[in-house]
Amino acid sequence: MLLAERLRHAFGAVRALDDVSFTLQSGQTLAVFGPNGAGKTTLLKVLAGLIRPATGRAEIEGGRRAVGWIGHQPQLYAHLTVRENLRFWGSLYDVPDRELAAREGELLGRLGLNEHADRPVRALSRGLIQRVAIARALIHDPRVLLLDEPFTGLDRTAAEDFRRLLAEQGGGTGGRITVLVTHNVEEGTELATDVAFMRAGRFVQLAPRAGRDAAAIADAYRRAVAGA
Amino acid sequence: MPDVWRHAWRLARKDLLIEFRSRTAILSAVVFTVLVLMVFNFGRDPTAVAAIDLAPSILWVTFTFAAMLALNRAFQLELENQALDGLLLAPVSRSSIYLGKLIANLAFVATVEAVGLPLFAVFFNVSILPVLGPLIAVVALATIGFVAVGTLFSAMTARTRFAELLLPVLLLPFMMPPLIWAVLATAALFAGHPLSAVTGWLSFLAAFDIVFVTLAFALFPATVDE
Repeated sequence: MLLAERLRHAFGAVRALDDVSFTLQSGQTLAVFGPNGAGKTTLLKVLAGLIRPATGRAEIEGGRRAVGWIGHQPQLYAHLTVRENLRFWGSLYDVPDRELAAREGELLGRLGLNEHADRPVRALSRGLIQRVAIARALIHDPRVLLLDEPFTGLDRTAAEDFRRLLAEQGGGTGGRITVLVTHNVEEGTELATDVAFMRAGRFVQLAPRAGRDAAAIADAYRRAVAGA
Repeated sequence: MPDVWRHAWRLARKDLLIEFRSRTAILSAVVFTVLVLMVFNFGRDPTAVAAIDLAPSILWVTFTFAAMLALNRAFQLELENQALDGLLLAPVSRSSIYLGKLIANLAFVATVEAVGLPLFAVFFNVSILPVLGPLIAVVALATIGFVAVGTLFSAMTARTRFAELLLPVLLLPFMMPPLIWAVLATAALFAGHPLSAVTGWLSFLAAFDIVFVTLAFALFPATVDE
């Protein structure tokens, strides 16, 4: 379970989070849409425990060990190979060696990275690097995935691939809780079970997606954010 | 092995592997060391000042600035691709991160010193073998203090715009006492004084290490947490 309760946080005079509350259960994916500066990344960082909120509480069952993070920066070491990166990050989560080798093999295969496993990350394309970032985030089999603008910098094909991979890895089949934040309503809508619109640190709307497509969400977003 | 040490070792091993692959900082530091020693060697007038009088200061100036290169790189490495956020998110204590960086930086600086010391002996015609043991003790104690404080300041300055300028400006004032003690101890050793003549300086260096390593451990979380 992921719980956010009355979260408030400010950077100086700028309110980044203003009374944000929600709860997510296994299999739910919350897509948070909002313009730049709405407080989306701050929300993720508070959920991840990287920022302590001024008031309110954020709780993830299993703590930091249960969290996987995918952002527009891959959090990888360019001079290490794909395999070395996965082993390093897995070891920080104390994944036992045998299990680590098994998960590494499984993720490399599932993400189409087998032939790139022993290449340094700096030699890979942006699309491949994002795949490695997914593998890195999943190497310890987290129950919660936090996605911060994960489509930034990807071309249309790579973004489509990435969306498909996230759909396979995220809620639904994986039973994970996923929180995706992005400023682009076109991105990741189909992954969501729930949708929130954020502006100036507040959730101006939080509702189940209820079968709405990207166009319907975009329309609702414009009305909600413009009218907030 | 306790978690702190296990995670620290994994971090240090990763840093050293990256440095081994890229060789950017170690090469820069070694080349810098050789160049500085050469410049001082050929730039001085041997009839005006004896090499033995200048040698201790030159040794420590060289080691200090060569170490800056390593310290500057320590956290820049983590900013690349925002890996630092990944470290902070992982179930690893902040102390482990600091300790891992400290171990990697110590290994790096020790390597530079291991290359620089024989070159220094050759360039300045200083016989280091008779005083090798105490000299290593002086170098080790001064290096631990220097690198411990430098690792902390490196974390503080890494996210600033002028990190490479800020680090020496912040670090050098803190380093004045141990550098002065290290220079005095080294001079005494090269002058052939007995070991008892430098135990005072060694004690000061050890005390500095204990105080500043402890402080750095305590303050490090505040430098990386938002």
